[in-house]
Amino acid sequence: MRRFEYHEPASLAEASELLLCLGEGAFVFAGGTDLLVEIRERLRRVHHIVNIKRIPGLDELMISAEGGIWFGALVTAGRIERSSEIARLYPNLHDAVRNLGSIQVRNRATVVGNICRASPSADTIPPLVADSAEIEIFGPGGTRRTALAEFFTGPGRTTLSRGEIATGIRVPPPAEGSGRVYLKHGRRKAMELATVGVAVSLNRSRGTCSDISIALGAVGPTVLRAPKAEAMLRGAVLSPEMISAAANQAMAECTPISNVRSSADYRRAMVGVLTRRAVTRALEATA
Amino acid sequence: MKQPIEMYINGEARSVTVDPYRSLLDTLRGEVGLTGTKKGCDVGDCGACTVIVDGRPLNACLMLAVEAGGCRVETVEGLQASPDQLHVLQDAFMRHGAAQCGFCTPGILMMAKSLLENNANPSDDEIRFGLSGNICRCTGYTKIFDAIRSAARQLQETPA
Ligand code: FES
Ligand code: FES
Repeated sequence: MRRFEYHEPASLAEASELLLCLGEGAFVFAGGTDLLVEIRERLRRVHHIVNIKRIPGLDELMISAEGGIWFGALVTAGRIERSSEIARLYPNLHDAVRNLGSIQVRNRATVVGNICRASPSADTIPPLVADSAEIEIFGPGGTRRTALAEFFTGPGRTTLSRGEIATGIRVPPPAEGSGRVYLKHGRRKAMELATVGVAVSLNRSRGTCSDISIALGAVGPTVLRAPKAEAMLRGAVLSPEMISAAANQAMAECTPISNVRSSADYRRAMVGVLTRRAVTRALEATA
Repeated sequence: MKQPIEMYINGEARSVTVDPYRSLLDTLRGEVGLTGTKKGCDVGDCGACTVIVDGRPLNACLMLAVEAGGCRVETVEGLQASPDQLHVLQDAFMRHGAAQCGFCTPGILMMAKSLLENNANPSDDEIRFGLSGNICRCTGYTKIFDAIRSAARQLQETPA
């Protein structure tokens, strides 16, 4: 492996200062499942690794029906996967992490790391965006919080500036009568990147869909919402015809590209199929 | 700068001095001299390097040795209780012909051990799901699954 210097700061302040002084070639290291691969495949010039694993408090995972979820930057995909409370209250997030890499990878990979890598096809992002999650960021100017939907600026790019470290994710508690689904489409069942991923979270009250959010993965430079499709369903009594029409609208709202995994046309078609299925299943889950 | 670390490998304390960019896999095979753990891809895709660290299976190629300081590391060499006594899984792999070139075998044995520790009687789907991070280029997996099922049965009758 290419050589790098290794640092183990004991606090966020120390880590942030290190990242600031070491400059361009310094990277935060948590699970390492992406960073070490990028170093070996020479995709990134890494001179310094700032391991944040010794910083206390970042491995916290809290989950309750009243408080929602909080998980710190060191919480692995495996820990989220093994939480029976998350499986029950947030089946969308559970399904997303269960499909990420292998068991071995999930025992190392952190969800916050998966998010910060800002891949448009990252499985963990659509369900969290659909559930209005917030990301907490520590930096030289103190702590800030931002809606996860506004955190991404392009493929591999986020609003994190030098010296800033994402410290955790907060997900609001699930509303009474809500349903949430994440569907991933790939060529095989395991060890696969999403060709398309669709997350739908909705609330039902007195027979109508009182709120809905649809998040689309791998069909744009970042995970996208489908606001027009959502507007067609919000406040309505959902029928199969309406759901189909909204799914067609979501196809029009996404901006897929063609690459080795799939053509743009195929991705768009799958957005239609998966959105229809995800809305239907999320609705069933509210019953 | 090289750093001294102490790991508990297969129950034995081992001290080594390693560069921080050295993976746990290279350290086990190099400095420690345990070459049972294999390097297939070195990027987390194949599972040949699977070891169990503090009770959890992971890819030794994706962990830095310096991170394993103070950890309990289990490798394929630790499966056997004694040199002339095979682990139930190893025995089942031999009886079922679950290895051809054998390069994937150490990783699969460790993954299977972890799987059976968490689920004594896995269904076929659970075995497939559990092994989805272990690639075998030779066997087509059928014999591997047969061996794991048979080891599971045996372990239930006479726990190791
Ligand atoms: S060598 Fe580690 S996963 Fe292939
Ligand atoms: S036996 Fe050859 S790779 Fe599995």
